[in-house]
Amino acid sequence: MLVSARAPILLRLVAAGVRQQTAYPLAALAGLVANVTFGFLKVAVLLATVEAAGGELNGYDAGTMSAYIWISQGLLGSVNLFGRTEIAERIKSGDVVVDFLRPLDVHAAAVATDVGRSLWALLPRGVPSVVIGAVVVGMAVPTSVAGFLLGAVSMVLGIVVSCTTVYLVAATGFWLVETRGVQILYMVVSGFLAGLFVPIGLFPTPLFAVASATPFPSMMMYPVDVLSGRVAGWDAVGLVAAQAGWLVVTAALGQQMTRRGRHKLEVQGG
Amino acid sequence: MASTGAGKVTDLSAYRAVLASRMRAQASYRASFALDLGSSLLVGVVELAEIAVLYTSVHGIGGLDLAAILLVFGLADLSFSLADMAFGHCDDLPTLIRAGTIDVFYLRPQPLLAQLVTSDISLRRIARGGVGLVVLVIALAINDVPWSPAAVLLLVLALLSGLVTFGSLFVTAAGCQFFLVNGAEMTNAFVYGGRYGATQPASVWGRPLVVLFGFFFPMAFTAYLPVVTLLGLPGLDGLPTWLGWCAPVAALWAVVLAALAWRVGVRHYQGAGG
Repeated sequence: MLVSARAPILLRLVAAGVRQQTAYPLAALAGLVANVTFGFLKVAVLLATVEAAGGELNGYDAGTMSAYIWISQGLLGSVNLFGRTEIAERIKSGDVVVDFLRPLDVHAAAVATDVGRSLWALLPRGVPSVVIGAVVVGMAVPTSVAGFLLGAVSMVLGIVVSCTTVYLVAATGFWLVETRGVQILYMVVSGFLAGLFVPIGLFPTPLFAVASATPFPSMMMYPVDVLSGRVAGWDAVGLVAAQAGWLVVTAALGQQMTRRGRHKLEVQGG
Repeated sequence: MASTGAGKVTDLSAYRAVLASRMRAQASYRASFALDLGSSLLVGVVELAEIAVLYTSVHGIGGLDLAAILLVFGLADLSFSLADMAFGHCDDLPTLIRAGTIDVFYLRPQPLLAQLVTSDISLRRIARGGVGLVVLVIALAINDVPWSPAAVLLLVLALLSGLVTFGSLFVTAAGCQFFLVNGAEMTNAFVYGGRYGATQPASVWGRPLVVLFGFFFPMAFTAYLPVVTLLGLPGLDGLPTWLGWCAPVAALWAVVLAALAWRVGVRHYQGAGG
C-alpha cells in the first residue's frame, strides 16, 4: 500500500496509477532502451549542429544541448506525446458510463491516474536516461538550489499539463466516438511543438510564436529549459507561470467538455 | 505435379483476395481514410520541417548542406514508407501473441510470415511515401548530380536495397517480439531509431553508432552512403567513397538477420493456451 486508505481519493488514484506501471518492468526497460538509442542519434546530429555553428547556437552550447537531449528523452515516458489514453477507449466503448455512476469526478479521476503512471515512469525511464547522458556525454545543470527546485516544480507541472491536455483529445470522443484522427493529429503536432527532435529555441521566429501559443512547450521544452539552467532567474519563473496558466486553461476546458459530453453521450450496442 | 501447381496458384489468389479486401475496407470509410492520409502527410512534412530548421540554422552538418540532406531524406523516407506499407503491420504481432490469435496463423497450411505480411496493407502510408518522392525529385533537381547511366543505376539500387533493408528490419523486430511480448517497445530502438538514423549524415556518428547503424543494422547504406557516392562527397572517415555501391550487400545482410530472427522467434513460441 503506497498511500493510506484514508488519504484523499485523488491521491489514492495517483498511487494506483503508480502501482499499475510497476507491474511491467520489462516494458519500462524496453522504453528506456528505445529512448537512449534515439538519445545517442540526437546527440550526434545536434552536437554536430552546435559545432558547425562555432560552439554556440541560439543560446545552446554543447552542455545545454546535451542536457536538452537527455532530459527530454527521459521525460518521454512521462509526457504523453502519443495522444492515446485509457479514458479515450472507455469513452469509445461506452464503459465511461460506469465511471459516471461512481461518486467521483470522471475528469479528475482520469487525470490523477495518468499523473500517477507518468510520475512512476520518471524512475525507470527518466533517471537512467539522465544518468547515462551525464556520464557518457556530460550536461549542464542549474547553478543554484533554487534553480533545481524550480526545475522540479516545472517538471511536475509539465507532466500534469500533458495529462490534462491529452484528456481533451479523449473528451472529443463524446462527440466523435472514433478519436483516432484527432489522436494522430495530436501526436504529430505535439512532438514537433513540444520540441522533441529540435528545441523550439532554434525555430524561426514565426514558428516559435506558433509553438509558444500552444500548451505543448509547457509539457517538455519549458521543464527542460529550467532543469538545464538554460533559462534561469525571473525568466524561469515566467516559464513556470506559463505552465501554471496552461494547467488552469486545459483543466477548466476538460471540466466543461466532460460536463457537456455527459449529456451528449450515446452508448451504442447492447 | 499438376495438383501442386494448381495448389500454388490458389494460395496466391487467396493472398490477393485478402489484400484486396483490406484495401477496399480502408477506402470505404472515406472520412476516416482522408484523415489518415492527411495525418500521414503531415508526419512527413513535420519531419521535413525539423530537418529544414536544423540545416538552415547552420551551413551544413557532417559535410552535407541542405540540398544534399534533402536527397538523403527523400531516398530514405521513400523506401521506408514503401517498406512500412508492406511490412509495418508486423508491429501488431505483440497484440496477436498476447491475445493468442497468432495460434490461428500456425494452424493454416501457409508460411506464417507470408500470412502476417499479407494480413494487411496500410494504404495511408502512401501519403508519407509521396512526401519522400516529392522531396527526392526536388533534391535531384537542386543538387549538382553528375547524370550518367551509372548514376541512375546507383539510385535505383539504393532505393531497392533500402526497401529490402527496411522491410527486413520490420521482420527482425517481429522475430524479437516472440521473446519480448510486454517489452515490444524495445524494437522501436532499431526500427524507428534506424529510420531516424537513416535520414542523418552518418559522418556525425561516433564509432559505436557507426557499428550499430552503419553496419549491423545497415541504415547508412539506405541513403547516406549512396548519396555520398553519387555526389562525390568525403563520406565516412577512412572508408572509400564507392561504399555506396555496396547497398545491395548490406540489404542481403539485413535479410539474413531477419530470416535468423524470425526463424528463432517462430520456433520459440509455445502458444498462449485456451
